[in-house]
Amino acid sequence: MSVLLYSSDTDEPRERDSYLTPHTLRSWLLTTDHKRVGLLYLFTIIVFFVIAAVAAGIMRLNLLTPRGDLVQAETYNRLFTLHGVLMVWFFLIPSIPSVLGNFLLPLMIGARDLAFPKLNLLSWYIFILGGAFAFYALLIGGVDTGWTFYTPYSSTYSNSNVVLMAAGIFIAGFSSILTGLNFIVSIHQMRAPGLTWFRLRLFVWSMYATSLILVLATPVLAITLCLMALERIWRVGIFDPSLGGDPLLFQHLFWFYSHPAVYIMILPGMGVVSELIAAFARKRVFGYTFVAFSSLAIALIGFLVWGHHMFVSSQSVFAGMIFSFLSFLVAVPSAIKVFNWTATLYKGSISLDTPMLYALGFIGLFTVGGMTGLILAALAVDVHVHDTYFVIAHFHYIMVGGMVTAFMGGLHFWWPKITGRMYPELLGKLAAIIIFIGFNLTFFPQFVLGYLGMPRRYHAYPEQFQVYNVLSTAGASILGIGYLLPLLYLLWSCFYGRRVAENPWNALGFEWETASPPPVHNFEKAPIQRDEAYNYAEVASTPGAGLS
Amino acid sequence: MSTRAAELAEQFEDVAQQREASTLGMWVFLATEVMFFGALFLAFSVTRSLHVESFSQAAKHLDILAGTINTAVLFTSSFTTALAVSALQQGQLKRVIGLLSVSIVLGGLFLAIKGHEYHEKWVEGFFPGNAFAVSGPAGNEVELFFLFYFILTGLHGIHLLIALGVTAVLVWLIVTNRVTPTRSMPLEASALYWHFVDIVWVFVFPLLYLIGGR
Repeated sequence: MSVLLYSSDTDEPRERDSYLTPHTLRSWLLTTDHKRVGLLYLFTIIVFFVIAAVAAGIMRLNLLTPRGDLVQAETYNRLFTLHGVLMVWFFLIPSIPSVLGNFLLPLMIGARDLAFPKLNLLSWYIFILGGAFAFYALLIGGVDTGWTFYTPYSSTYSNSNVVLMAAGIFIAGFSSILTGLNFIVSIHQMRAPGLTWFRLRLFVWSMYATSLILVLATPVLAITLCLMALERIWRVGIFDPSLGGDPLLFQHLFWFYSHPAVYIMILPGMGVVSELIAAFARKRVFGYTFVAFSSLAIALIGFLVWGHHMFVSSQSVFAGMIFSFLSFLVAVPSAIKVFNWTATLYKGSISLDTPMLYALGFIGLFTVGGMTGLILAALAVDVHVHDTYFVIAHFHYIMVGGMVTAFMGGLHFWWPKITGRMYPELLGKLAAIIIFIGFNLTFFPQFVLGYLGMPRRYHAYPEQFQVYNVLSTAGASILGIGYLLPLLYLLWSCFYGRRVAENPWNALGFEWETASPPPVHNFEKAPIQRDEAYNYAEVASTPGAGLS
Repeated sequence: MSTRAAELAEQFEDVAQQREASTLGMWVFLATEVMFFGALFLAFSVTRSLHVESFSQAAKHLDILAGTINTAVLFTSSFTTALAVSALQQGQLKRVIGLLSVSIVLGGLFLAIKGHEYHEKWVEGFFPGNAFAVSGPAGNEVELFFLFYFILTGLHGIHLLIALGVTAVLVWLIVTNRVTPTRSMPLEASALYWHFVDIVWVFVFPLLYLIGGR
């Protein structure tokens, strides 16, 4: 039936009911449809991603030579600040939650929309406003404090547009809060009949855990940036020791938000990977409840480990030991997930489509990132590698190797659902492999650099480090091509991709039971969950059986 | 679909679901507010623990009588707000409007007294900045106390101002019959917010006015 409906190129009955029509700009800017809001976020964060990636590219080019011939130290400071601020707050944090989460969450729980659709659109406008502040700060000269805004440099000494940039982040924070609030309420109140908590998709569980962090941690960042900006404008000394303040207080408050924020930047990726592994291994996820609860455990313990960013900041050694212990503890739920994914693969009938390549890449890269995190959580070793490229490599393995890889995997997996068209599979696989190679070549040498003692945030370095820096820059160029490819072929596929039916991967879940692209109100018939989430034993054993 | 109640937004299945979603949404929002003020209380407490002596001295400059009257005023406004919610559920619309008006007047009175205190502190030179009344290292610490005083009470005042605005809008919605006994959720949510603003003051008042060996 679906073949008849979808094979002709023009004037299909379903096309007119899809959420993508009408095509006017006004209909997009005033939409309250969660699917459209998700796409609005997608367009926006791609812009920020490109700007931040270009900044990274300039830094890598500069580091080709030991003397740093391309840019001055001052410019370099502004580049890494720009890269960090945009990537963290304007790309990674909204990436999976606000794009895939917005698009998929109501579909996955069988709802017509999120609980508060207008708030959802408002969150995008707030995000745009925050982005405009950040962009303006960038245009009139940028900021040189690093994304961490440590005081008293940021509040007293820096001559750059700190307040504007902080205002941008402050405003964007409210969009995070609104998204988190919307997700929590929707998951609690809007589930379809039969969809009990332990029948929820693991992606939904990860969104729930992420939302808890968004809602509870973001306000702390807001007040911290407020205080820092007040101190700068008002010339008072909450964080300035010469005026009776405490600079460490800023670091505590900042990391109380920013460490949980790291989990905002990985939990959603874990959710996506759980979906991909199940769909492409054709198996129920091994230890479902453990994977679900490990998301909550990560969110919870993640609030108690912020002090591991401050091992060398004159924090007491006793506090350091406790934070070190808790940091080892938070690795346990992550390890549970990795174990359960591999156990799911075991004896599964695995097919290596593009999304699965990304998922497998994620498991490897995340494991490297996670294990090196343990090295950093060990007090004595951290003293040696603190503020070196070892740290840079570690968190890029988590954020880029983990989160961005999962985002790419998820984007490919749900692309046919979002657009109703398939991307070119061969190019997809090629890009996934290029990204994997480019990523490792960029960041693995940085582990070595850091261990040898090259500090982060310098525009020049001693000559003996050059070979690793050249390798890293070479890797970055490959990585750049890897990210450019999907940008081009995904855009191409919007217009020329092969049309698909409801369920091109023959996967399980409410979102695959409705049309591709889905109608405005998601479902023709209200869905009912009659079974556990991943009962792949009962469906055909190959993905792609539903291709039209 | 023809049986759907008029006040039911299209994403919900029934009125009960919509009601529970609004309540939960408000509570989650209040949780973010708790973290917002919580971080500020933490910053104040840490700074206070560094400068116990100066902060105790500085606290003596606050007008404890004005603070106490304000506490009573704000508590009473919470009481009338709570009465308004139950009056709406019982369908006594005139009573609701009367009670909410009392809440608004009391909220305004609170801000007026606060404004009076601000004026006094300004005149006495306790507004942080170059012309601060106390100088020297101890002066810096007293200045920090007053900085926190203005930030804490200022943020609380902004929240109260928002609560006043929301309540005024609700009076309008009740007068124009858009919030009714069967659709009381907006008032319940805004009442929750009002009580939250009240509770914040329960922490602000002792932290600033009472601690320090009076």
